[in-house]
Amino acid sequence: MKHIVKIMTLLVAISAFWMSLLQTSLIPRSYTWLLPLYFIVSLGCYGLLMVGVGLMQFPTCPQEAVLLQQDIKEAKVFLEQKGIDVSSD
Amino acid sequence: MEEQRKHNDGKNKYSIIVPTYNERLNIALLVYLVFKHLPDVDFEMIIVDDGSPDGTQDVVKKLQEVYGEDRILLRARPKKLGLGTAYVHGLKHCSGNYVVIMDADLSHHPKYLPSFIKKQMETGASIVTGTRYVKGGGVHGWTLMRKLTSRGANVLAQTLLWPGVSDLTGSFRLYRKSVLEDVISSCVSKGYVFQMEMIVRASRKGYHIEEVPITFVDRVYGTSKLGGSEIVEYLKGLMYLLVTT
Repeated sequence: MKHIVKIMTLLVAISAFWMSLLQTSLIPRSYTWLLPLYFIVSLGCYGLLMVGVGLMQFPTCPQEAVLLQQDIKEAKVFLEQKGIDVSSD
Repeated sequence: MEEQRKHNDGKNKYSIIVPTYNERLNIALLVYLVFKHLPDVDFEMIIVDDGSPDGTQDVVKKLQEVYGEDRILLRARPKKLGLGTAYVHGLKHCSGNYVVIMDADLSHHPKYLPSFIKKQMETGASIVTGTRYVKGGGVHGWTLMRKLTSRGANVLAQTLLWPGVSDLTGSFRLYRKSVLEDVISSCVSKGYVFQMEMIVRASRKGYHIEEVPITFVDRVYGTSKLGGSEIVEYLKGLMYLLVTT
């Protein structure tokens, strides 16, 4: 099943649920009308939260840059011996 | 699995495809590091150079003298023809049963190659992809802005596509050769959206995908080829993937 079909099915199911809530008045109508808005806003907030948390926890590796420089030095020594031009522009 | 064993007695050969454009210095450093970190592995490097004007191909020819023409294959093209087609071109010349794709600019460090191989052998996965976004992985040299856009892009993609991998735009990956051939034939995007399309299509097709943490140090030499209206391209790519995969 294509992914978009899955998402559409999910949205249809949610809409059907929402419409049945409207019909059966389990929750007062005034609230039910606003539910889709709440849903979208919550989704947006969740997204922003995930971005913020991810940003804070973004793994960094400053020591890798140092190791890389060492690797480069080692490589240059070997390559120069073999007559390969390793000067930077 | 059976086919593989009959073909090469259960021994694996890894073909490493490296597309290059103006990577005269980086390619020599990369080749040295690959050979350093894969001492007991049967592998070959396939360098697909798109007519670099800076002498990259001359350097590769010198490297062939040092390491052997059977280990370093130069399969050049006349001009810049794009990443996706570079992989397709490289694939035609692969003699291995596994293919690794990686960047030439040392942002992908060859020291992770053994961990890709190990992960694949342990799990029998069809694809092992490197991820920068989990513990044990990471980036260096990224501004806050770049991290923000990266993270935002990732959250959006995860929400829309449910891809099953944490790093969608990464291009440090190990593929079973037959799987790469299958997936690449159904991909049409360009640039880094191409990398996303590859992994999403593979995921949709039900291939077993594993991840290993990798560190990504922003390029040391040369100019980065990123630039321009990335965000628009990215969003267009996401929409395309949402609807067609």
